[in-house]
Amino acid sequence: MHIAVCIKYIPDPEAAFSQFSIDEQAKKVVPAPGLRHVVSPFDEQAIEAALRVREQHAGARITVITLGNEASRNALKHGLAMGADDGVLLMDPAFDDGDGYTTTLALSAAIRKLATVDLVLTGRQAADGDAGIVGAGIGEELNLPVLTFAKAVVMEGAAASVVRVERVLDDGTEIVEADLPALVTVSNELGAPRAPSLRETMRAARKPMVVWKAADLELDVATLGAAGARTARERIFVPSKAVQCEFIEAATPEEQGARLAARLREAKVL
Amino acid sequence: MSVLIAIELTGEKPSNASLELLALARTLANGNPVVALSLGADVGLTETLIARGADKVVLGARETFTDINSDVWATCATDAARKHGATLVLAPHTPFGADIAPRLAFRLNAACATGCVSIDRQDGALLCTRAAHGGNVREVLRMKARVTVATLRAGVYDALPADTTRKGEGIILTEPPPSRIRVLERKRDAAEGVRLEDAKVIVAGGRGLGGAEGFKVLEPLAHALGGVVGASRVPCDLNWCSHAMQIGLTGKTVTPELYIAVGISGASHHLAGCGNAKTIIAINTDKDAAIFREARFGVTGDFAKVVPALTAAIRALPKDL
Ligand SMILES: Cc1cc2nc3c(=O)[nH]c(=O)nc-3n(C[C@H](O)[C@H](O)[C@H](O)COP(=O)(O)OP(=O)(O)OC[C@H]3O[C@@H](n4cnc5c(N)ncnc54)[C@H](O)[C@@H]3O)c2cc1C
Repeated sequence: MHIAVCIKYIPDPEAAFSQFSIDEQAKKVVPAPGLRHVVSPFDEQAIEAALRVREQHAGARITVITLGNEASRNALKHGLAMGADDGVLLMDPAFDDGDGYTTTLALSAAIRKLATVDLVLTGRQAADGDAGIVGAGIGEELNLPVLTFAKAVVMEGAAASVVRVERVLDDGTEIVEADLPALVTVSNELGAPRAPSLRETMRAARKPMVVWKAADLELDVATLGAAGARTARERIFVPSKAVQCEFIEAATPEEQGARLAARLREAKVL
Repeated sequence: MSVLIAIELTGEKPSNASLELLALARTLANGNPVVALSLGADVGLTETLIARGADKVVLGARETFTDINSDVWATCATDAARKHGATLVLAPHTPFGADIAPRLAFRLNAACATGCVSIDRQDGALLCTRAAHGGNVREVLRMKARVTVATLRAGVYDALPADTTRKGEGIILTEPPPSRIRVLERKRDAAEGVRLEDAKVIVAGGRGLGGAEGFKVLEPLAHALGGVVGASRVPCDLNWCSHAMQIGLTGKTVTPELYIAVGISGASHHLAGCGNAKTIIAINTDKDAAIFREARFGVTGDFAKVVPALTAAIRALPKDL
């Protein structure tokens, strides 16, 4: 069994937004220099899901793939240190300033080039753009059944030919399955990803990592990056808020509670 | 442009978010047809959807579409969009819509924008405004393909009042398409009372509640206000409460009149789901918590003492204003 996990290297999504600025000219959000970067949390959980599948099926090979720049090697290293077997970095100026559509094309081409993939895993969305297009998009591009928002992923059938997923819904969950090959996007309900062990981290340094350019993927550069994008960012801004908080003061918390009720009635909120 | 809307059902009825999309579609369609697609529905829904703004209703009846899943939805919506020449396809930004939208976009060679807070037309192009970076920024995307697929957050547009004099066409689908996925089991939370999405009052708890027992303190307050209890992501992840209670970027979008955030720090990811509440009240031990920047009223203090007193005082308020 061969599992491909697509991951993205992003600025820490839980960092205070004061650590970011907006470049209106470039229409980009710019992290402060030195701000910690991480594997997007849902993607890290997708790696965890792959590792759990491998615990069930010893011998499964896990390839982590990212589209990014030199620094994105750290994302692959993290995946390898968690226990993945090899890494693929898609890096080419032709990929720059693309959108979910062009990223999907490149990642799909890479998975096609790997040729043997049975299961593709991604996070439900990247925690910077928050779009959630690429995962399902890869499924469509590769013509695979798509199962989104997984909180559990297991293999079924004698030859592990079926993937069974518990999907998170608005009002509960559902258990669905599909024949392999298939694509699954992972949600945070999967649970915390494992921390890399010292042993795996040491081993990771010797695991293979390849870099593929657009030409290696036999992709037409006109379909990639800004040229191929189907959306263009017109503007980016921080929404303004103009709420002034009225603090309810009193000698004891009990009195604060009572006074809040009175104040809400007075202000006709209640 | 002709617009297709994927109608999500809550129980037997179209969700409010879906009805809001019908209203938006009417403003964008510019006289072209607004087509509503509903699967697994009662055939009577056709009239409801026409009254709420649809010109055509494509419906897979409950009796024939017995086992609908996301794969069936994606296929039916793609077919309907092609057949009716839709150049804009809208779905609510819920797990339902967020699941099918990107897939439709690829099948229809469309541009895709998810989690939008508005869609406008400018010089013949569509501009989709959406939250990104955990809700901290808004980006305005110009959609460059002939077809656009978008999901919208609830509570931005007002649904149209039912107009039973409106005329429209009903189209019944004869049989469901084949599916590549199989649903084995559905574990739905027991539907008690009002849904968070429809609630007028929400009392939401966060990590500051310290455990599942904390929610027991919130329930009487919610009850006294005729509201329901929600949560930030942390208590859901820690299994203090059901994940279905999660409000925020990757949880539910809610738009109550009154939102009481208890022991919630006010992360942008959380506010992405409740920032449109009319009045926010925060109860938090940390006077510098970000939630106070969103709140109209705030109490700095331990919820375990403040909330029961607040509940008792609300119960003691005279009934009428
Ligand atoms: C990609 C992504 C998506 C996310 N999606 C969501 C989402 O959909 N919804 C969501 O909510 N979060 C989401 N998060 C998580 C979010 O970033 C925050 O971590 C989370 O909202 C914090 O939850 P909290 O406020 O309950 O906990 P904390 O931030 O830990 O805040 C707890 C608060 O409780 C207060 N407190 C402690 N004790 C008491 C007491 N006795 N009485 C009163 N107050 C007390 C503290 O002062 C503190 O302010 C997401 C994160 C990422 C990266």
